[in-house]
Amino acid sequence: MRTVTKSLFSVVMSLALITGCSTGNSTTSSNQTSPGGQNNQTAPAAETKPAEKTELSFYYPVAVGGPLTKIVDGMAEEFNKENPNITVKPVYTGSYQDTTTKVQAAVQGKTPPDVAVMLSTELHTMMDMDAIIPLDDLIAKDGGSDYINDFFPGFMANSQVDGKTYSIPFQRSTIVLYYNKEAFKEVGLDPEKPPATWDELAEYAAKLKKDGRWGIEIPSSGFTYWMYQALALQNGKNLMSQDGKEVYFDTPENAEALQYWVDLAKKHQAMPEGVIEWATVPSDFLEGKTAMMFHTTGNLTNVKNNAKFDFGVAFLPAKKNFGSPTGGGNFYMFKGIDANKQEAAWKFIRFMTEPKRAAQWSIDTGYVATRNSAYEEDIMKQYVKDFPAAKVARDQLEYGHAEFSTHNNGKVTKVLNDNLQAVITGQAEPAAALKKAQEEADKILAPFNK
Amino acid sequence: MEAQRAKWKVNMYAWLLLLPSLIFLLLFTFYPVLQTIILSFHQADLGSPEPFFNGVDNYKLMLEDDVFWKVLSNNIWFALGTVPTSTALALGMALFANKVLRGKGFVRTAYFYPTIVPMIAVANIWLFIYTPEYGALSHVMEWFGKGDMNWLGDQTYVMWAMIFMVIWKEAGYFMIFYLAGLQNISQELYESAAMEGASSWTVFRRVTFPLLMPTTMFVSIIAFTNSFKLVDHLVIMTKGGPDNASNLLLYYIYETAFSFWDQGMASALTIVMVVLLLAVAAIQFFSLDKKIHYN
Repeated sequence: MRTVTKSLFSVVMSLALITGCSTGNSTTSSNQTSPGGQNNQTAPAAETKPAEKTELSFYYPVAVGGPLTKIVDGMAEEFNKENPNITVKPVYTGSYQDTTTKVQAAVQGKTPPDVAVMLSTELHTMMDMDAIIPLDDLIAKDGGSDYINDFFPGFMANSQVDGKTYSIPFQRSTIVLYYNKEAFKEVGLDPEKPPATWDELAEYAAKLKKDGRWGIEIPSSGFTYWMYQALALQNGKNLMSQDGKEVYFDTPENAEALQYWVDLAKKHQAMPEGVIEWATVPSDFLEGKTAMMFHTTGNLTNVKNNAKFDFGVAFLPAKKNFGSPTGGGNFYMFKGIDANKQEAAWKFIRFMTEPKRAAQWSIDTGYVATRNSAYEEDIMKQYVKDFPAAKVARDQLEYGHAEFSTHNNGKVTKVLNDNLQAVITGQAEPAAALKKAQEEADKILAPFNK
Repeated sequence: MEAQRAKWKVNMYAWLLLLPSLIFLLLFTFYPVLQTIILSFHQADLGSPEPFFNGVDNYKLMLEDDVFWKVLSNNIWFALGTVPTSTALALGMALFANKVLRGKGFVRTAYFYPTIVPMIAVANIWLFIYTPEYGALSHVMEWFGKGDMNWLGDQTYVMWAMIFMVIWKEAGYFMIFYLAGLQNISQELYESAAMEGASSWTVFRRVTFPLLMPTTMFVSIIAFTNSFKLVDHLVIMTKGGPDNASNLLLYYIYETAFSFWDQGMASALTIVMVVLLLAVAAIQFFSLDKKIHYN
């Protein structure tokens, strides 16, 4: 009997533990919600009482190398110090993909973060989910068009639909050509004259190729569509409409662009055949296994710190014109947070994108500073003077376009990626693969064109 | 009366003991399974703001989806490639690690260590092993004049590369079960076999292997389910590419759910996978079980 009582006791204890856990949760969550609720009910009172603290949760991903979490957390801390009545709680949420997943889960659970950095291309998907809010009212109240127009148009292109602005550029990148100046000298090319056209690129790459070194590498895993988009832009126009409801894969110009990509490997033998891994391309370049590479500006600081040779950064070569898609992450704000928090979140976004901070962020990471005025800052001027490569990406922005983004973006992007990879691995012909991609994408986009 | 009371007491006691885990099971297993089944009959994607019932449409669409058939056949090849080989290898390693006289600890550790390394780390290591030109494997292949083999970038090689890596990762784990199984076989059997003058091959065929059958069955079920469960490496190494050549069912479910946000279809795919795994486990269990000696 005694053992039975003892066991019963333990069972009861463990039950108490479970319920204890759950009540613990509910009390904390009610603690979290009550200040917001109070503010809602007694908004005027809250205004007169500045002691009331607003808490903001801020989700952010890290997508490039370096101690970025420390930098972001440091920026948030600085903001908290400057704004004693607002506390931003930065939450590192993994990769871009993880961040989107977490945000989505939080939105469905009716506890969205107040502000988050996500891929600029999530715009249409987030709108489909009805998860984000336009920022125009907040912009009008604080900042205005002076603020918005200061951002490079190439970066704003992924933020706006139907004349409304939904996100603010933060960690933005674009594709540039990295080249090894010593390899150029070795084969008798002028190291100050990187290839400017497709023909030159093919010619130089073939010349630079030798045993154990490729002429060029264009990565084709993961971000296949992004690299392809650059080639397509150079040969004409973008792959999708601004409203993200139509795609234009199946054109002769695009087939030509894809053929050129394949030819670099098959015809000119200057690039490895098959799919080239995104993550190993920068190390190939640093190891001297490839003389040139297409890669994101997000890698600039990495290459600068680790290259044992003199390297250059240049515009992507042109066919009809220069061109490169932009990429990277923007600030978004979510539905269902109260006006008080919206204003605080806007203050935080403004703080994070201040010219001086944008400049410092660019220097620390290699991301392109998002605003014109950031390049007028003294620290940026000095940085560009010491390291002119940092300016190339900004200058190329004149030819920058919106990154590929449609409704149901994940699925359309996968269709494009798969078909591109089929061509790159020699399983399909460019024109046929693009036609197939077009048909599949049209089917996916049909519900959004009703 | 007294007996009934006692019985009730024991019953109640048992239920109370089961209750905590039962609550968790209901909450985190059965309820989500039920929800998944229900959701699989709904259209719940980005194109439909409110999920609505669409019967078996998701399943119909699935049958028309080339990628689904591709990942399913990939997964079957992946299972065929990994399950028998890693099981056989595990058995061989266990026999060796059991017999070896010196450095037993070292041998066991060496065989077991790939299991301890998390899959994500393994994938990162092997990503560079498979890198053309300067990867470790490329250095070996250079002796055959094939140093520029693009293992992960070619549709024909990528699956082999994955299978090889997973065997390396898994075999050590299964070895542990075989080692335990070997400890359980009575020494008397070996002694009497030795008295009879049986060759070591006969001993293995007639004594060791049959008595290890329960372990073999357990290991093969685990290995089979693992071949459907292990997809972490795809995230790091290929994202299922090139053109779905290395894509597996679970990764496709992940893509459908969290990249396409098509929850209805993802649920339907999940149901297919669960049914498939249950069916195979049942076949293995009921057909093999009859032929197994449990002492």
